[in-house]
This record gives sequence, C-alpha cells and structure tokens, in this order.
Amino acid sequence: MLEHYLSLLVRSLFIENMALAFFLGMCTFLAVSKKVTTAAGLGAAVIMVQMLAVPVNNLINAYILRPDALVPGLDLSFLSFITYIGVIAALVQILEMFLDKYVPSLYSALGIFLPLITVNCVIFAGVSFMVQREYNFAESVVYAFGSGASWAIALILLAAIRERLKYADSPAGLRGIGLTFITSGLMAIGFLCFSGIQL
Amino acid sequence: MSENVKSPTWKEALLDPIIANNPIMIQILGICSSLAVTSSMSTAFVMGIAVCCVCSIANTAVSITRNYIPGSVRIIAQMTIIASLVILVDQVLKAFAYDLSKQLSVYVGLIITNCIVMGRTEGFALKYPPVPSFFDGLGNGLGYMLVLCLVATIREVFGSGTWFGMTIMPTVNNGGWYVPCGMMVMPPCAFFLIGCLIWLVKTFRKDLQEKPEYETHQEDF
Repeated sequence: MLEHYLSLLVRSLFIENMALAFFLGMCTFLAVSKKVTTAAGLGAAVIMVQMLAVPVNNLINAYILRPDALVPGLDLSFLSFITYIGVIAALVQILEMFLDKYVPSLYSALGIFLPLITVNCVIFAGVSFMVQREYNFAESVVYAFGSGASWAIALILLAAIRERLKYADSPAGLRGIGLTFITSGLMAIGFLCFSGIQL
Repeated sequence: MSENVKSPTWKEALLDPIIANNPIMIQILGICSSLAVTSSMSTAFVMGIAVCCVCSIANTAVSITRNYIPGSVRIIAQMTIIASLVILVDQVLKAFAYDLSKQLSVYVGLIITNCIVMGRTEGFALKYPPVPSFFDGLGNGLGYMLVLCLVATIREVFGSGTWFGMTIMPTVNNGGWYVPCGMMVMPPCAFFLIGCLIWLVKTFRKDLQEKPEYETHQEDF
C-alpha cells in the first residue's frame, strides 16, 4: 500500500514534472525565475495552494459533480471547469486572509504571488489531471504534494542557473527571455532521463 | 469615462497583435499550451481556433459588461465568462472531434488560465467598446495560432515527415528516403524552437532587446 503512494509521489515529482514534462505554469516559470529567494517563496506558495485545491476539488467531484453522485440520474460534470476555477479562486482568497491574520511574516514574504496563483495553470492542471486519472482522496493528497513540489523544484533550479547566466556574454537578441527558453529546454532534456523509472 | 479615450479602429486592433505585437513572441503570454500541443499540426490548428473563439467572444462579453462590473470583483467576473466559453468549446470538441479532444486532454481546460485571454480582457476589453474589443481578441487569437502553426509545421515535417497527417517526405520506415529527426518529436524541442524564434524577432527589432544586467565588455582603463 505504502509502495503505491511512494511510486505515485516519485512519478509526480520527477517523471511527470509539471514544468519540464508537461510545460505548465510557463508564464510564471519564465517570469519569476530571476532570483532564488523569490523563486523559493513562490514555490512554497504553489505547494500550499495545490495541497488545498486538489483534495477539495476531489471531494467536490466525488460527491457533487460525478454522474449520480448528488441525485441519481443527475450528471453535473459539464459544470466541472467553472466549479474548479471558482473553488481555486475562493481557496486562494481564504488562504490569503488566513495568512494575513495568523502568519503575517509568511504573508508579507509571499506578497504579490498569492493572488497571482489563481491564474497559474499548475493548480488548474493538477485538478484536471486528478479528475482525469480518477484518484481517490488519499492519492489526490499525495499527488497534490508531488505535483506542486515538482514545479517548485524546477523553478528553483532554473532560478539558480539564471543567477549565474547573467554574467554570460550572450548575443544581444538572445539575452533574457530567449536564453531562458533554451536553458529550460536543456533542463527538460535532463528530466527526460527519469522517464524510464518504474517503482 | 471611456468616451474620452481614443479607441483604436478595428483594423489596428485586428492587425497589430498578429505581427507587430504578437502575444507569444513579443508579449511572452500563453506559453504553456503553445509548447505542449505543437507536436502535430492538427492539434495545434484546433487549439488555435479554440483560443481565437474564446478570446474574441470573451473580449466582446467583458467589453459589453465593462461599465457594470465593480472593480473589486472584475477578476472573478472575467473568470466566469471565460470558463463558460471554454466549457462550450470543450463540449463542442467532445461532440464533433472526440479523438482530437482526447489528444488535447487537459489543455482545452487550460485555456481558462491561458494568460492571453485573461491579459486581453484585463488590458483591452475593460477600456474599449465591444467592436474593437472583438477584433483585438480575434487578432490576438490569430497571432497565437500563427506561431503555433509555425512551430507545429517545423516539428511535424522534420519529426515525422508529415503535415496535417499527409506524407510530405516518405520516412525510411515506410520505404522512403527521409530519416526522421527524433529530437523534433520530443517535448523539449518546442523550447528551442520558440527560443530561436524570439532570437530571430529580437535581432530585427532592436528596441525589444533586454539590457544586460552585467556589462561583460566593460573596459577598465
């Protein structure tokens, strides 16, 4: 039983890396990877929101949206997208108010990133993958941590590379965003080597 | 308030984002889906059309309601409009092109969080009347589709010798002469192609080049 969860965790962390295998959350991935400290803050925020959003949407999907779940004969699955995005937006708002009240130091450290996470595709894709693969509640918790952390790892790695890369003498047109694209392409090739792992 | 602002004509709104202000090349928006769906031409084309529809209709709808939405809830109002449209697109795809909708999997749903749609409703439709907003949305969708098709063409022709599923260069496996470049089918290739396209654009548009953070050619006299 434990093996099953461990295998799910490793798979979501490395083999199905959100940023480098599925290319999700790219806009933030490319924009907020200039410094390791900010990258780590954003990564922590994403893991937090992911671990709330995926299990909550799992429960909503299992008990309300799935065919015959609420009332026999009622299929609400066409409402899925609008429900998920609403739940994510609400959770981010609640988390923001909670942190502001009880953990102000963390709130000021995360700053602008928290509200932006609503429109980060990693969260929405995590929820969609969870629904598509029909995870149960326990699996969804493990998957939420794994997928959130996979994105955070990739972001911090890229930020560390970019901190050194700014001393490089690159062609003028490639400077900045172009070079970041090619660097993440090389990182993605590196992550491809995990693809054969079976646990 | 918006009456004083000079609104762009429909032609400017339509043509500007296709080349001069392309959402992917210049504004660096909506990268996620453009990397993931470009391994074959048919998925890229359908994705481009879907984004065109959602973006133009969402822009029109937000622009019509722009004077009634209070500023504090505008994000969630836009989200609701966009999410409803994406549900429509998803249902249409499932009904008429089931195989394609399976291939696109979660990426259709991800149009909701695509920064192009959100960025245009927030940046354009909230300020201008419906007609230019419609064309701005359409133009941005077309600009997105143009880059998507460009990358998909390169990847499909060199990666598997086909275009839209039609054989262009017969591969060795099928008795032809072309040895497919396996690199092109692999996901990381999309990063390199878009990176090089940005390089190309920035070589010709010097005004877009970023300033170096650290001067490597500084002379110490």
